[in-house]
Amino acid sequence: MVAFKVNGKAVTVTAEPGTPLLWAIREHLNLTGTKYGCGQGLCGACTVHVNGMAVRACQTQLGEVAGKSVTTIEGLSPDASHALQKAWIAEQVPQCGYCQSGQIMKAAELLANNPKPSRDDIVAHMDGNICRCGTYTRIVAAIQRASREG
Amino acid sequence: MTQIETTASGLSRRHFLGSTAGLSFAVALGGAGLLPAAQAATAAGKRDIGAWVRIAPDGIVTILTPGAEMGQGSMTGVPIALAEELDADWNKVVLDWAPADPQIYGSGAGKSMAIVGSRAVMTYFTDMRMAGAQARKVLLNAAAAHWKVPVAELTTEPGVVVHKTSDRRLGYGEIAAFASVPATLPTVSADELKKTADFRLIGKPVPRRDIPAKVSGQAAYSIDVHVPGMVYASTVHAPIQGGTPERWNEAAVRRLPGVLGVQRVDNGVAVVADTFEHVLAARQELEVAWKTADGADAFDSETALEETYAALADRENGIPAETVGDKGDVASAFAGAAKTFKATFRSDYAYHAQMEPLNAVARFNADGTLDIWEGTQTPDSARRQVAQAMGLPVEKVNHHQQYMGGAFGRRTIPDYTIEAAKLAKAIGKPVKMIWTREEDLANAMFRPQNLQCVEAALDGAGKVVGWRHGIVGDGGSLIHSGTAIDRYYGVPNRRAESRATAHAIKLKHWRAVAHPFNLFAIEGLVDELAAAEGLDPLAFRRERLGLNKKAAEVFAAVETMADWKAPRPKGRALGVAVSERSGSLGAGVVEISLDRKSGVIRVHKVWVAVDGGIVVQPDMARANVESGVVYGISSALKERATVSGGAVDQSNFHDYEVLRMSEAPEEIHVRFLERDTPPTGLGEIGNPFVPAAVANAFYALTGKRLYHMPFTPERVLAALQA
Repeated sequence: MVAFKVNGKAVTVTAEPGTPLLWAIREHLNLTGTKYGCGQGLCGACTVHVNGMAVRACQTQLGEVAGKSVTTIEGLSPDASHALQKAWIAEQVPQCGYCQSGQIMKAAELLANNPKPSRDDIVAHMDGNICRCGTYTRIVAAIQRASREG
Repeated sequence: MTQIETTASGLSRRHFLGSTAGLSFAVALGGAGLLPAAQAATAAGKRDIGAWVRIAPDGIVTILTPGAEMGQGSMTGVPIALAEELDADWNKVVLDWAPADPQIYGSGAGKSMAIVGSRAVMTYFTDMRMAGAQARKVLLNAAAAHWKVPVAELTTEPGVVVHKTSDRRLGYGEIAAFASVPATLPTVSADELKKTADFRLIGKPVPRRDIPAKVSGQAAYSIDVHVPGMVYASTVHAPIQGGTPERWNEAAVRRLPGVLGVQRVDNGVAVVADTFEHVLAARQELEVAWKTADGADAFDSETALEETYAALADRENGIPAETVGDKGDVASAFAGAAKTFKATFRSDYAYHAQMEPLNAVARFNADGTLDIWEGTQTPDSARRQVAQAMGLPVEKVNHHQQYMGGAFGRRTIPDYTIEAAKLAKAIGKPVKMIWTREEDLANAMFRPQNLQCVEAALDGAGKVVGWRHGIVGDGGSLIHSGTAIDRYYGVPNRRAESRATAHAIKLKHWRAVAHPFNLFAIEGLVDELAAAEGLDPLAFRRERLGLNKKAAEVFAAVETMADWKAPRPKGRALGVAVSERSGSLGAGVVEISLDRKSGVIRVHKVWVAVDGGIVVQPDMARANVESGVVYGISSALKERATVSGGAVDQSNFHDYEVLRMSEAPEEIHVRFLERDTPPTGLGEIGNPFVPAAVANAFYALTGKRLYHMPFTPERVLAALQA
């Protein structure tokens, strides 16, 4: 049993501490916006924040987040109103959409630390997140828009 | 004001499952619009049939969409044509998935719901418009009767019938409250449909309906489905495809935490457990001895492609050919040619790599029915095949379509869903079955590897008068598509033929099927011809290849877009190639650079001009082309699956690499030529030109040719030294 916070709420998950955080979030807590893509930390589809830092939930053990604060796409903002979520809609970024929770969470970490990133900053920060539909140019445009419109 | 209730997934069932008030067009598409209810019921072979469109008294119009959504936007693009002709207020239109019932929701004479070959918008467009126009006529007739005025005096504005003479207005919902759908529906002729200039939705910037749910994490994919009492499973398949399990350490695995069963399936063994983490842990401990078909472990894909395919391709001493296309007298054209050219191209196996590893949820119910939740390009045939595999009549299978985390041609075969159903039956509980990424790749269905031998004959004036295209590979039609050069070039004598090999590797349609590698060969040779004749590649096509009108226009458009003749920055060069797929024609230009030390090619800018007929949703269409371009670059530069000893060598994204943001173009410019012709396919027009355009740009930059896709750094370095 591991106790921590998810999206501001205290939760306890009954699972071994070695359980990947990804499956604890998705299947024990039913927060399915965080996605399984590779299970090896290679694609970024499972990106969530732990105490504000973007991590790969598939490579993070449940025990590691004991007492910490986890934020998933469902908790990034009330009503999907984060500047990035609005920009993602304005730029019509998603296609299949499967990687986009991870993309948005990774981008949110960038803007939190660097509100006015250059294009190079964006690419360097986002390069670990695969989008198989190839929405990369729109992701860059959406991050720039969110940075601009805040 | 009406409150539109949309579920978290962006879809709503409220207005279908609620009261029976309002107008429900419980009818089927009849080839040219809606059929009356009775006739539709006869066609469907049953009395209760689903509705296509329903107008509720509160004005909400619900349209069922047969556009399986894998990212291409068809979920919105298909029903928008109905809403257009209905003159619906799009803000009051809600969408829901059409059930897996092809007699009602299938398109064309074949009554198929398959969303393949870029055909969703193309095949449903006219039917949906006719249906919308008929429903509008019902509303007009009802309003005319209500007001006792001639129907000819009535017009519509979005969601409202208007009688200008008396300045009266009736909302569609108000009409729905008193009107009924007549037993015989009014007919609509094609000339009654809206003119292009009158469109309010088609060709306009209408946002896709699935996007809000995809930025809030609420969009429901099958992997997200939770069913009470559900358990989890994952399968380990034979590493050498076609193999079967002989024995496995069942007793040891059963003792592991949470394990509920170790179950044999056709080509593998599945672990079933209470949680997915327990499934993954147990999967690690599972040891299986496999029985391999004779000779299957001898297959080495690189050896076959490098060493044996070329001999098979030999016209004199190779294996018998199947004719793919034949026109004119090719032998005479070559015999009488002033010059002939020949080149050989190769392409490796490629993997779909959809981001969502294949999965499904299955549940058997006490009444003998089976519920399945899956994301599929073919809900109708998936439902039928699952029923067949489980020995059930199709009516006993309740199919729940979900969003797909990518598909690219892989998800027309429900092998993963059948596996989930078999496991649910064996274990007696609802099962969520998920393949790991490693399993999804080891057990993949690839785009076939292949060898292309292309030859051209030029007459004394330098015109291309003969063309031969020989393909060697496995997969039949999977290696044929994209060889019909007469869709753009006017070569009088041409022949395309294929020579079949057979390997025990599963193959499948991959975005644009064989077009990417066939166009790589065709347009690669065309670029060589231009260079040999000392002509600019575009000038050569115009002067020597007999471009048809459509092709001349897309090439001219992309020439302008890319400013083809303008000098490029040092170290950059352009390449051009035609793109053709699913009725659409395009031309694309890429600007590349090369790191000569590492052999890494980078595509910086891309310009694509497309003739796709009427473009129903311009931004969605642009997104599809952008997506195809990136998919094409990924395949041209990086994607490579190989087989050693009968087993796939790659296992995850570290060794099956796909394009990342730092490797993607900084700019992709897409232009659709303005057309008034019916829509053609746009989901796959973005990638077929890419490999050839990149290879041709590489020649412009280095004077060297690339003949083997993907253009890995090793191959690039080898080409530079050649």
